Amino acid sequence: MIISVSWRNIWRNKTRSLVVITAITLGIMAGVFSTAFMKGMMDKRIESAIHTELSHIQIHDSLYSKTNELKYYMQGTDALARRIDTLPHVSGVTQRIIVQSMISSAETGAGVKIMGIRPEEERKVTDIAEHITDGKYFEGIKRYPVVIGEKLAHKLNVRERSKVVITLQDLNNNLTAGAFRVAGIYKTSNTVFDESNVFIRYEDLAQLTGLPPGACHEIAIRVEDNRYTLPVRARINTLLTGRERALTWTEISPEMSYVTQVMDMYMYIFIIIILLALLFGIINTMLMVILERHKEIGMLLAIGMSRMRIFFMIIVETVLLSLTGGVTGIVLGTWLSKHFETHYIDLSMFGKGLEQLGYSSLVNTSIDPVMVINVTFMVIVTGIIAAIYPAWKAIHYDPAEALRIE
Amino acid sequence: MNIIEIKDLVKIYDSAEIKVTAVDHIDLTFEKGEFSAVVGPSGSGKTTFLNLLGGLDRPTAGTVIIDGTDLWSLKPRQIIDFRLHNIGFVFQSYNLLPVLTALENVEFIMHLQGRPKAERTKRAVELLQAVGLGDRLHSRPGKLSGGQQQRVAVARALASKPKFILADEPTANLDSHATENLLNIMEKLNREEQITFIFSTHDARVVKKARRVITLEDGKVLSDERR
Ligand SMILES: Nc1ncnc2c1ncn2[C@@H]1O[C@H](COP(=O)(O)OP(=O)(O)OP(=O)(O)O)[C@@H](O)[C@H]1O
Ligand SMILES: [Mg+2]
Repeated sequence: MIISVSWRNIWRNKTRSLVVITAITLGIMAGVFSTAFMKGMMDKRIESAIHTELSHIQIHDSLYSKTNELKYYMQGTDALARRIDTLPHVSGVTQRIIVQSMISSAETGAGVKIMGIRPEEERKVTDIAEHITDGKYFEGIKRYPVVIGEKLAHKLNVRERSKVVITLQDLNNNLTAGAFRVAGIYKTSNTVFDESNVFIRYEDLAQLTGLPPGACHEIAIRVEDNRYTLPVRARINTLLTGRERALTWTEISPEMSYVTQVMDMYMYIFIIIILLALLFGIINTMLMVILERHKEIGMLLAIGMSRMRIFFMIIVETVLLSLTGGVTGIVLGTWLSKHFETHYIDLSMFGKGLEQLGYSSLVNTSIDPVMVINVTFMVIVTGIIAAIYPAWKAIHYDPAEALRIE
Repeated sequence: MNIIEIKDLVKIYDSAEIKVTAVDHIDLTFEKGEFSAVVGPSGSGKTTFLNLLGGLDRPTAGTVIIDGTDLWSLKPRQIIDFRLHNIGFVFQSYNLLPVLTALENVEFIMHLQGRPKAERTKRAVELLQAVGLGDRLHSRPGKLSGGQQQRVAVARALASKPKFILADEPTANLDSHATENLLNIMEKLNREEQITFIFSTHDARVVKKARRVITLEDGKVLSDERR
């Protein structure tokens, strides 16, 4: 019955309550939407990092991981790769030879990472093939094709079918060079990646470096869904016998998960700031409320309503007021975020800066149900905190004095 | 049997500017079933006296014993609870919660007492019928006249089954017709159910209905006549 009194009390002064509720609604809506937006950006960054750059699991010789030296390749990896491919939930496995080298055009040169890949297998692991903007992914050029990033193409001033020369040190530390022709130009959402990663055929790079058949530096594995990353890694570990180590993407790129954690914290700080601003508005409203009801509260004390119950009644009223705004804000914020889960928000006007950081300029929001629950909880806590002072004041009213007020 | 014994009751308001002795050494007793009026000019101490009696204002000296309990020896929290179970109140105005209907207002006090819902509703309906509001059960106070609101307040006071009902100028805001009506209901409850009423008033017509009239002046009992 007290809860129903509290609820009805909210609607005694509709305008005032609606103003507070609207403020809370807008604040929470903005909070929910912007956190969903930030999370969407993060998720997309991680997803594209996995799908174009990292894959889910990588196997290296542990010395190679430390030094990146050509000589620490893994031997006879064909059988291992085929075996991994048969594991459940593995959707793609590919072997790569990786060499730091120089690429040069007629005009200029640049230091890059050359990846010797098997295009057909690579397609199942990374999606560079889908990011081709010019030419084709290892098609159209019969001998020594190379796929480079758009940013690098600009730097070297080359186009599709242009000739480039790759210079590197082979296994015997002799400088060797090979002439390649640009088959395709790709563009991901990460320009730094585009500038520094060059793809050629596995066989071509094996020949240039002098690596024996079946040798590679990296086996990259894609699983059906991120949740299989750890179980599949555990299975792979049972197959490894030498110095090879299988690492998950969070281990390969720990900054990725740091960024997520930091972002998560920022989201909550952001929402706490919004709630803090709202808190004072709510306190102010509730102080007005109990001032207006001085006589009525005096009457309730006089007829024998305990101070604890009056305290509770005011807390409930404040929490319900806050929750009404909070829930409306969450619903609208979620609805807005859901809408943009399927519709892009185009940030291309800021796109240059974002892509420099590896973030796509087309953002989808991503709403985290845990966050929605936490925000609801935080709104309730805010309501309680906001109510404490006004409620404390109310229960210290003196009934005799209150009833004398004209 | 005395249900209220007042001994040497004193209330002094000692504010910075002035010292007012609002109740000045009053000794009185009230019996069950009384229908008493407290009268006197403005400022004579009627409200103060009723507040001391009802546990709303702490006396400077003296005791109020209600049915064997020394009211002012109780802790503040116990006094609130004592009021809830032993004393009915009807004030001059602002008696009711505006967000509750007449029925709910009467039920509310029984809810505070922790009585079961079914009993609450049944009793509230009966009491509202008894004060002639059987057809206005679901009206909120804002939709009721001043006289009707005061009758709801009487029903609410009765609902808690108190030992007596205190009413400080219950008719002050009512026209003569509503005053008459309310007094008749109170008188009837007193006669038929032995409900004890102690009320203060300025109104000569109300005084006429009382069977005991206590006249205060400057906080002292000037006269105490039964009729
Ligand atoms: N809180 C207070 N502080 C100081 N003086 C007070 C206070 N309350 C009442 N008084 C004084 O005590 C005296 C008695 O007041 P009280 O209200 O009891 O009189 P009353 O008989 O009820 O008057 P009225 O008929 O106008 O209601 C008055 O002189 C009043 O000014
Ligand atoms: Mg008075």
